[in-house]
Amino acid sequence: MLGQGTELRRGLRDSVRPTRGRRLNGWTVLAYALLTAGAAVMVFPFVWMLLSSFKDAREVLSPAIWPREFTLVNYIEVLTRTAFPRWFLNSLIVAVLSTASVLFFCALVGYVLATMRFPGKQFIFIAILSTLMVPTEMLVIPWFVMSAQFGWVDTYWGLLFPGLIPGFGVFLMRQFFFSLPRDLFDAGRIDGVSEFGLFLRIGLPLVGPGLAALGIFAFIGNWNAFLWPLIVAQSAHMRTVPVGISLFSGEAGSAWHLIMATSSMAILPVLIVFAIFQRQIIEGVVLTGVKG
Amino acid sequence: MIDVPTRDPRAPRRARLSLARREAVWAYVFLLVPLVFFATIRFYPAIQSFRLSLFTWHVDPARRDFIGAAYYQELLTNPVFHQALKNTLLYAAITVPASIALGLGIAILLQAIIAGRGWYRAIYFAPYITPAVAIAWVWGWMYNVNFGIFNQILIAWWDFVERIGMPWLAISPQRFLRDPEVALIAVAVVIIWQQLGFQVVIFLAGLQGIPRVYYEAARIDGANPWQLFRHITIPLLNPVLVFAIVITTINALQLFDQIVNINFTDQGGPLRRTLSIALYMFQEAFGRARMGYAAAVTVVLFLIILAITLIQLRITQRKVEY
Repeated sequence: MLGQGTELRRGLRDSVRPTRGRRLNGWTVLAYALLTAGAAVMVFPFVWMLLSSFKDAREVLSPAIWPREFTLVNYIEVLTRTAFPRWFLNSLIVAVLSTASVLFFCALVGYVLATMRFPGKQFIFIAILSTLMVPTEMLVIPWFVMSAQFGWVDTYWGLLFPGLIPGFGVFLMRQFFFSLPRDLFDAGRIDGVSEFGLFLRIGLPLVGPGLAALGIFAFIGNWNAFLWPLIVAQSAHMRTVPVGISLFSGEAGSAWHLIMATSSMAILPVLIVFAIFQRQIIEGVVLTGVKG
Repeated sequence: MIDVPTRDPRAPRRARLSLARREAVWAYVFLLVPLVFFATIRFYPAIQSFRLSLFTWHVDPARRDFIGAAYYQELLTNPVFHQALKNTLLYAAITVPASIALGLGIAILLQAIIAGRGWYRAIYFAPYITPAVAIAWVWGWMYNVNFGIFNQILIAWWDFVERIGMPWLAISPQRFLRDPEVALIAVAVVIIWQQLGFQVVIFLAGLQGIPRVYYEAARIDGANPWQLFRHITIPLLNPVLVFAIVITTINALQLFDQIVNINFTDQGGPLRRTLSIALYMFQEAFGRARMGYAAAVTVVLFLIILAITLIQLRITQRKVEY
């Protein structure tokens, strides 16, 4: 019975394979053609941005595609006219600090909710989950009122505080800790490991992929954030990259060569980081997409 | 556990109880800071938004006057809010089906190839993680009426078809973001372009989770490619599809970054035809200092998102029962 089954299956595979092989040629050529056309559409805006950023003020308005000569004056002008390095530093500070907070607290809360026994657990979990439904737009007005009251406007703390512990991250990390066997922690407890030690030394090392995905998203999300930083960063030196380039480009009016240089400086670092961590980032999306 | 003596039944129970209590105490110690955070930074502001929407705005809380549902009544009649709401729903109605269909199509194509799949996937995904603010400026430049690349191409095409004697093939240059009838679609294209990669990635993962045997078995039964797609791919991809639809819908309802930047000198224009709810809220709250009214706008946005989330929960729970 079993032997017959495998034989049958092998036969089926052999009978399917040649037809699939034959069809593959035509279809794959078509697939490659379509995918390449689509990829060109995806890449074109980046290419056009870069090409425009290397043209001078007059040439950028001409129909020429390729710059007559690649000039870096636009970049130099933006760097000297604006506080771009400062914006970059601000974005970096905000993104690094909030990512550190997100990783630590979301993992801790996720760990507690997944592995520890205590009264009120279900209530706390549902309460945190329910915050996912509240859009940021609904929170920014009270956040601003609060920031004005406590003097958080125009400070790093003001930029940071809303994103310190996202409910989504708690949910994600809880899912990861759930997949670990409980006995692991009970065994540690019996061996006299402290409760915090259980989390730090037993739990955390086992949820590496979850932490990687969460960390990448926290960083990118904070790096690209616009609405709240636009509200809370009021002086030029507290702006983050998105806020800075938005307001500078607004002032630059029709100086498209400068605007494209600014956009390039905002986009290129992200693309470079993406090129390096491409696989991890995409796997993170899949992980959070499937799990979240 | 094994070491615990079983002679006296009360002793181990007491020991376990105190262990349990110890665990509960530690749990709350760990949760202390996060609970304070969620209470003050998430819950209190959400409730505060409801409250602010019932009062006139003043910096000094003592001088805010209770006006009940007056702002909500204004929402019912304010044509600008209606335009913002209509635009926002239009953004969702255009970008969600388009990006889902394109994303699914590209994912299926990607599954058909082997060499270079990772490269293509990365290229399609790249726009998704780049800052929307900068992206909006780049597209704003491409859409530029006088010097943008799109119109340059259209003009070059016009010259070309005239030279070869087929002027009826010419397409006149467009006003894109300056044309009230076209602007919203032009913005929607940018959003589709930027979000497509997300769909591609999760659909590709979903497709790869479907066992190949199903297709092979169906093919042997004589199913054609459309039947394979309709009766195997779609049902098995359903959870991923629902997830993607909900995420893109909620994103579309919260559009802000792109709309502010793509038409910076006339944000939400022309004639408010690209204005989104989020931008409208921002303009009312921080441009005109109408915090209470803007809070009412966000309450409506919240209710819409809540409704979508509840619908999603019902759909996904029904799937679990199968």
